[in-house]
Amino acid sequence: MTRSLAPIGLLAYISGSCLLAILYPQSVLAFLLFEASLLLLYYIPAHAKVKSALAALVLVLLMPLLGAINGYYLEVAIQIGIYAALALGLNIVVGFVGLLNLGFVAFYAIGAYFWAIFGSPQANEFIAGGGFPLAPYWFFIFLLLSIGVGAVTGVVLGLPVLRLRGDYLAVVTLGFAEVVRALLNNLDKPVNLTNGPRGISPIVKPPLFFRPVLEFFGLQITDAKLYPLYFYFLVLLVVFVIILVTRRLESSRIGRAWKAIREDEIAAAAMGVPVVRMKLLGFAVGASFASAVGVLFAAKQVFINPESFTFMESIGVLAMVILGGMGSIPGAILGATGVTILNLQLLKGLSLWLNGLRQSGAVFSLPFIGSYPLSELPVQFEPAKYERMVFGLILILMMIFRPQGVLPPRREQRK
Amino acid sequence: MALLELRGISKRFGGLQALARVNVDLEIGMIASLIGPNGAGKTTLFNTLTGLYRPDEGEIRFQNRSLIGLKPDQITGAGISRTFQNIRLFSHMTVLDNVLVGMHSRLNTKLWQIFLSTQGYQGREKAARHRAIELLELTGLSGRENEWAHQLSYGEQRRLEIARALAAAPKLLLLDEPSAGMNTSEAQSLMTLFKELIGRYVQAILLIEHNMRVVMGISDRVHVLDYGEKIAEGHPDEVRQDPRVIEAYLGQGAWTEHAKG
Repeated sequence: MTRSLAPIGLLAYISGSCLLAILYPQSVLAFLLFEASLLLLYYIPAHAKVKSALAALVLVLLMPLLGAINGYYLEVAIQIGIYAALALGLNIVVGFVGLLNLGFVAFYAIGAYFWAIFGSPQANEFIAGGGFPLAPYWFFIFLLLSIGVGAVTGVVLGLPVLRLRGDYLAVVTLGFAEVVRALLNNLDKPVNLTNGPRGISPIVKPPLFFRPVLEFFGLQITDAKLYPLYFYFLVLLVVFVIILVTRRLESSRIGRAWKAIREDEIAAAAMGVPVVRMKLLGFAVGASFASAVGVLFAAKQVFINPESFTFMESIGVLAMVILGGMGSIPGAILGATGVTILNLQLLKGLSLWLNGLRQSGAVFSLPFIGSYPLSELPVQFEPAKYERMVFGLILILMMIFRPQGVLPPRREQRK
Repeated sequence: MALLELRGISKRFGGLQALARVNVDLEIGMIASLIGPNGAGKTTLFNTLTGLYRPDEGEIRFQNRSLIGLKPDQITGAGISRTFQNIRLFSHMTVLDNVLVGMHSRLNTKLWQIFLSTQGYQGREKAARHRAIELLELTGLSGRENEWAHQLSYGEQRRLEIARALAAAPKLLLLDEPSAGMNTSEAQSLMTLFKELIGRYVQAILLIEHNMRVVMGISDRVHVLDYGEKIAEGHPDEVRQDPRVIEAYLGQGAWTEHAKG
């Protein structure tokens, strides 16, 4: 009974929240309600096919529709997608194989610079002929190549350090990320490879190869409107592929070997698991995800510099994995979504609301205690600036009350 | 025919001679026991045999092939698998997945087959699950497939370790104190299981055991270690009478007391 009722209820919820978000395009709350529908979708009892259909409805149809009304929604969704892909990559290394990697952002940076250098005039600095930037269609080739580049850098970092464990490995990976950032910052001389702290721009965007199709249907959309939608679907596609690959790996002998290494390395080796090779594979797969997302990021931003790839980014992605639940695919996605929404929407929304109160000149009064004119609220009191503090608080509370994360891995029920 | 030959195995940890020129032969179809007081070097011998330690001297031949220098996973691939004295299950994995990890070296799946989820790959995974369930039935754990390994009771965890070791399709099974912490009837059913395994699932078993009832009950041959040296070898009844063995277990003078009594 509930199996047939729940999807109908959820459908009603989705349309309701979507309508709210359309009617109040500036309301953070309406959009949050809409985003929550995906979480509900995860929990409701329903057939897998029904769930996929509803998820497709939300992600492929309604989300772009809302994005067309308020472009910022789309920006948030793209950010969520990018972080979800990063979190899924790191989840393989930290959640499955159990290796603490504090420098994951390095692979992201390598992917981003890989396209940035060749997809901008930057490469002319060291390759004669003036053949750069490459034509837009090269973006897709580089997206594929970046998987290999990420995998190779993952193995190159992995080979010397995988004999280390725990804290030692964490420190070395942290150092690796800092080395990569230092290189990006300083490789502008003697040969200008990265343009140093000034960063690289403009980076070529992927080609709008479907433009003739749109025109055929009489749709005239400006580039400025079209690109966010385009990137949204690209990110959606990449995340979809990553989820598919991760799920297949997880339920294969490779995923089992990874988890066995996480649980007990010696026992895993004694059961015939080639520990070093499996660890390297985990590093390579995680790094290739990050690197591919880096290419997307570079094309989306048009401008990148080393400041986008700081240690805090690594920590942020790690926190997403831990909050969501280590070793859990839905957990990593939820962690990425939650943290991104917190950063981009909740705290900003709260700041705007407080600003509104300040300007309205209202007076906050309580009996016996007295009254307080809200216009005197100190300007320093701005939640958007407390991002890290709120973040830290959430992490501490999680470690106390739910150390396994919001959506810890579920036991697979199978016969 | 000799399945396993250990010739003059020595292992030294700093000033401690853990193993000194130990020779062990194991024939096909045999259950052999390794006994000795605590610290005699029994587990060290297992660890050397399974590639966790590299012996300082000596030769290990398995099916006429040297195992020296091979990694633990390669030795498992060659056909030797083991259980551990202090249970080392993969706690946060299901019972079924624990057994499936044991099959790692027998499932030769390529990465692209996993990505594309090919028919052949799915068939092999299915067959592997069937075999895992069969092994769980054999060890008396049927119906527990989807539980976390750490939810099992102590005795069940020991049996799961055996099922996991069998999953690697070994020719030689090494069991490190399989009956530790079990009561008499549990130990009894374990002995029945071991006898059942020979010939059908494995070719030979070598076990470390402190429970003398188990040792005397199922061993075809007993090897006794003391301070890293092999002090006796033979049929259980011969070893039981050996003065050096009694001395190792009970101390000097015990043999004369025993003879008087």
